Amino acid sequence: MREVVIDPITRLEGHGKIVVVLDDAGNCKKGYLQIPEIRGFEKFAEGRHAEDMPQITSRICGVCAFAHHIASTKALDDLFKVEPPIAAKKVREMAYNIFMLEDHALHVYFLGGPDFIVGPTAPKAERNILGVVGRVGKEVGLRVIEMRKKLRKTNEMIAGRTIHPVLGLPGGISRPITSEEAQEIRKLGDESLEFALFTLRVFKDIVLSKKEYVDLIASDAYTHKTYYMGLVDEKNKVNFYDGKIRIVSPSGNEFAKFDVHDYSEQVAEHVEPWTYVKFPFLKKVGWKGFVDGEDSGIMSVAPLARLNASDGMATPVAQDACREMFETLGGKPVHHTLANHWARIIEMIYAAERLRDLANDPQITDPNIRSLPTAIPDVGISVVEAPRGTLIHHYETDGRGVIKKANLLVATQHNSARIALSVDKAARSFIRGGNIDDGMLNMVEMAFRAYDPCHSCATHMLPGSTPFLIYVYGENGTLIETVKRKLP
Amino acid sequence: MEKPKIAMYWCSSCGGCEEATVDIAEKILELADLVDIVFWPVALDYKEKDVENLPDGSITVSLINGGVRMTDHEHMVKLLRKKSKIIVAYGACSSWGGVPGLLNLYGQEELFSRVYSEVPTVENPEQVTPSRSTKVDDVELMLPEVLPRLLPLDRVVGVDYYVPGCPPTAEVTWRALEVLLSGKAPPQGSVIGASEKALCDECPLNGTKPDRVLVQDLKRPHQVIVDPEKCLLTQGLLCLGPATRGGCQALCVKARMPCTGCFGPLDMVSDYGAKAASFFASIVDFQDEESIERVMDRLPDPVGTFYRYTLASSALGGRARANRK
Repeated sequence: MREVVIDPITRLEGHGKIVVVLDDAGNCKKGYLQIPEIRGFEKFAEGRHAEDMPQITSRICGVCAFAHHIASTKALDDLFKVEPPIAAKKVREMAYNIFMLEDHALHVYFLGGPDFIVGPTAPKAERNILGVVGRVGKEVGLRVIEMRKKLRKTNEMIAGRTIHPVLGLPGGISRPITSEEAQEIRKLGDESLEFALFTLRVFKDIVLSKKEYVDLIASDAYTHKTYYMGLVDEKNKVNFYDGKIRIVSPSGNEFAKFDVHDYSEQVAEHVEPWTYVKFPFLKKVGWKGFVDGEDSGIMSVAPLARLNASDGMATPVAQDACREMFETLGGKPVHHTLANHWARIIEMIYAAERLRDLANDPQITDPNIRSLPTAIPDVGISVVEAPRGTLIHHYETDGRGVIKKANLLVATQHNSARIALSVDKAARSFIRGGNIDDGMLNMVEMAFRAYDPCHSCATHMLPGSTPFLIYVYGENGTLIETVKRKLP
Repeated sequence: MEKPKIAMYWCSSCGGCEEATVDIAEKILELADLVDIVFWPVALDYKEKDVENLPDGSITVSLINGGVRMTDHEHMVKLLRKKSKIIVAYGACSSWGGVPGLLNLYGQEELFSRVYSEVPTVENPEQVTPSRSTKVDDVELMLPEVLPRLLPLDRVVGVDYYVPGCPPTAEVTWRALEVLLSGKAPPQGSVIGASEKALCDECPLNGTKPDRVLVQDLKRPHQVIVDPEKCLLTQGLLCLGPATRGGCQALCVKARMPCTGCFGPLDMVSDYGAKAASFFASIVDFQDEESIERVMDRLPDPVGTFYRYTLASSALGGRARANRK
């Protein structure tokens, strides 16, 4: 028996580690993904002023700071029983869609995308943003960098800061949008939609036009039949900012649709001793171990799950793109993990359309942006869709608004059991006969990269290849060999 | 001449510091001409062994962000100290523990029992908790352990310079790099890249701040609609600008929210929270006992208010509480 340790996995913040166990023939018997860190926000939230939570919880993740900030702000509306003015809600949702678009674009071009745009087994020297630029042209690379910069600058204008924003207060937002700012945001909306559609064209030209890529997306090594969860509006369309949580079964039937206040009746968390991350599962189905199927409570979140759990997109262009994806991949639900990349681009289109609609809404510049809370706070629960899936904040306070208890169900966490399944299955599919090469390892990495995992919750992978240091251990625990993946 | 060697590393980090580094985007290319980056796990090949093989003191500057929370963080920063001429604590967590340092109010047992047992969603009848070593499939799966307390970098290794902020802004980061590469080293222990003055000095509302601020009543941010033309202190909001180092260009105040102190103390102040609390005491117009009580009632969480980013570096350090074995 041999053990292969991949530590750390890069393009995964939070210091992830993969352990692959080989049998005597050198075939992978089992693959584990370990998360070796805990930060304890649920504990030290206790004693804090509730209104400070949007700024404290954003420190869970400097990449999706906006998601925690807005989830927390909405939990405060609920806690203080205050309804924000319509302009405040619209500005929050608008800034939120700018954030979703920027975060998704980062993944498509810099992180997961290179696997497809350049190719899964392409030389690692090319499997990065530079390789992407090589394929699609330098002007495209510059356009991507420029777009990301504009989106981030705009959110700094709206929310004070992009990393750790100061926008949200119970009952509203900290500052209104001026008409000059609205003008700028409208321009950004048009540009964003053009950019998202361009991204879809790139994906179609480079990925969907190649049969071997489409086959890879649909291959068994990257397929799990699990439940899917996501936020939907009153017409069961995807919404990132608000709505009801909907869950569909592996066969595509609605399993549950509920208000976030009932989340603890639906979702439970399983604990394993070999990792710090907890494994959420559907309480009414139960934890049956690391297996998929109708009888296992393992569920999935994030772009593909959101599309699976909804009746499509609320905006017309995104809806067309969504319909096309399901037609191409054989109807709902799609169980192929790698289809997340496609779904992510469809969500970019939706975010851009939604941004455009909100930026053109005359109410967006209404100076009435605050309702002052008057009720005595007690319990506040909220949900948003973070780029990486359903994010739930739950606070209980005393009458002065001081946190007594907090529970946080973070996006990637909902995916953690399915990611564990994916890493194990891909390792067993691709690591055979004792030979371990770079291409194989990338195929294993691709299994988790498609989820854009964010384990502390912080992924921020930079342009570059994915370096590994692999230790191969013998039965008596001595190091037999070290395999390195190097930068060019 | 050989280019200076730079290393970057993160400990218990949210990633915001890494994003801040990337936000100096165009300048990164300029930086690449000036230095060799020899170690940056998030972007470059992971080479802990290669770092071990470097001669002691051969890395010119190591920038380290995040507080020291796990045993493997401790190991890595000690190695980098040995190999580096200059160690820089980058960001609030590395400098003083940051927001996650608030966990020092609790022990590991309380943390584990909350996260793995008490929260309403956990289903854990056998009371499993993560452990250093677990045997599954005849393989021992190892995890690093949680240190009894989160430590600022300078409680683990010697630190030469500090770059403040949660996160440091792109401008502050670039100025700090310029100082480090200029060859004109400031005195050891200096804060670099940020201002030497308090935040008020660069705040657009500073002109409306009276010479002596006196507040009768304190308001929490959700209890007041701010007049954007007036110093927030005069509106009863506890803005920590006067106690906090400048450098961010008053980002939060420009968005009509009070400064929460993420750039930390000014020179010669070792305990930010104590300084901020004494500043607070100096501006409250206490008439009688009743008014003291009324104001204190508005501030039920002084620790999270004054020590939000600096608890782990404070003389108080957190709640004294032994970890029972």
